[in-house]
Amino acid sequence: MRTVKRLLLPTYLGLSLLYLFLPVLVVILFSFNDYQGRFNVRWQGFTIEHWLDPFRVEEIPQALGVSIVVAALSSGIATIIGTLIALALTRYRFRGRSATNVLLFFPMATPEVVLGSSLLGLFVAMGTGAGFLTLLLAHILFIISYAVATIRARIVGFDRHLEEAAMDLYANEWETFRKVTWPMILPGVFAAFLLGFALSLDDFVVSNFTAGTIQTYPLYVWGAARRGIPAQVNVWGTVIFVVTVTVMLLFLWGQRRRQQRLGLA
Amino acid sequence: MTAGVAAPPVLSPDGTERAARRRRRVPYLLLAPGLVFLLVLYVVPLIALFRTGLQSGNLVSGYEFTWEWGNFLQVFTTYRPQLLRSLLYSVSATVVTLLLGYPLAYAIAFRTGRWKNLFLVLLLVPFLIPFLLRTLAWRTILADQGLVVEAMKAIGLLPEQGGRLLATGWAVLAGLVYSFLPFMVLPIYVALEKIDRSLLEAAGDLYSKPSTAFWKVTWPLSLPGVISGTLLTAIPAAGDYISVQLLGNPQETMMGNVIENKFLSVIDYPAAAAISITLMLAIVIAVIFYVRSVGTEELVA
Repeated sequence: MRTVKRLLLPTYLGLSLLYLFLPVLVVILFSFNDYQGRFNVRWQGFTIEHWLDPFRVEEIPQALGVSIVVAALSSGIATIIGTLIALALTRYRFRGRSATNVLLFFPMATPEVVLGSSLLGLFVAMGTGAGFLTLLLAHILFIISYAVATIRARIVGFDRHLEEAAMDLYANEWETFRKVTWPMILPGVFAAFLLGFALSLDDFVVSNFTAGTIQTYPLYVWGAARRGIPAQVNVWGTVIFVVTVTVMLLFLWGQRRRQQRLGLA
Repeated sequence: MTAGVAAPPVLSPDGTERAARRRRRVPYLLLAPGLVFLLVLYVVPLIALFRTGLQSGNLVSGYEFTWEWGNFLQVFTTYRPQLLRSLLYSVSATVVTLLLGYPLAYAIAFRTGRWKNLFLVLLLVPFLIPFLLRTLAWRTILADQGLVVEAMKAIGLLPEQGGRLLATGWAVLAGLVYSFLPFMVLPIYVALEKIDRSLLEAAGDLYSKPSTAFWKVTWPLSLPGVISGTLLTAIPAAGDYISVQLLGNPQETMMGNVIENKFLSVIDYPAAAAISITLMLAIVIAVIFYVRSVGTEELVA
């Protein structure tokens, strides 16, 4: 009885991981499916044909290119804005601080369909229509709050006395920021950029409302879902997966080394 | 926390005052770009959306602002099935995700020892596969004559004749639970991780059974995480329309489907706006309740 009890949680943990990875395995597996017809939904045999010809459906790499550009720009801008906000919220006490917290929380708590529709309403009312710029602005908007949360967690975590020590040694505020604060929060800023990049790359709902005729990778997948998804979608999905996992692991590994070097771990 | 980074070097009484005044402006300067952005692209559009919800007319002759509260009334009459279904899916997805997620967060926080970070990474990695592909993968997994359906038929959970998961509410629920599991697990994990382990030892020293220690110590201390997790699941689940579209029955739609359809296909802006705003107001009420119980610092952090 006792062993059963002790094995209960680890078993549960294992089953949960299996459950979490099941769709991942399906996506990867079906990039090797030798299917007939338009619908790649039933396993029919193994082939590497789709991997040898990833550019056969030109729309996919094109859409992915748009997604990457939008993700890099929107996450970059949102991270800069978010860093400034995070610094203000953690380093200063000022009137309107609670209100700012609430204002930052709401975009995260707003369902994407509401966010997207309200933005489309604005763009229609302003007569700008929807396109690359509106898509970019919409992505920046929904990334900002996540960027602030990530960077602020990092700032709260480090020792304030280091900044005070720098000031005591006659560094002015700018020097203190550049030589002490910035290097300390840099991993948080970088993490925020990566998170924002991933959120933007994967966004469908907000993009569906604000992209106009611009096609991102998720928008292409959505459109293709009705007429049958070519296996190249799975090929590129697998590529995105492998690349993002690698970047995430490299980042974590770099963090660990940094901490070890600083003697924090 | 005190104001500013540290006391400014004292020059003259006059200079100090000017420096202090300048310092008071710093946080506002730092906030300015972000606040302008959020005001123009978040607050203004929501107010405009509310206004749109009070318009009447049609696509051909144009819409006019007429205080048409009927649009909002419609949400509770014409779209009552969608409203109730969104509520039902949201609540049941949240309950199931909590039941699955809490033990998972608990196992990672208390049972993985030095491998903790590895398990956290493993929890997040599956979500790096594009979202739509993940949901479409569930379509393959839950397909008629698929492994899951056949297995459930074999043990009698589904009827042999015509038993299916795809295009039913169960598939929608499965999709929602899967999508939001990490949003439930992570906040609970963070809350559990913060618990001072000596409290649990103390409970043990005072002869409390492990189950008593859990309900008297661990559970109450993990509540902030549970509240965050349930909000982060219930809110997006209420607005979801992808799971229904890809996994569910196209006849049994949610509020999100109506909004999308009215906005992008039918072009009936007032109706879509009224539904959006109603959804948003329900969330505002939930969040106010939440702020009352934990405070604003916890919101973003």
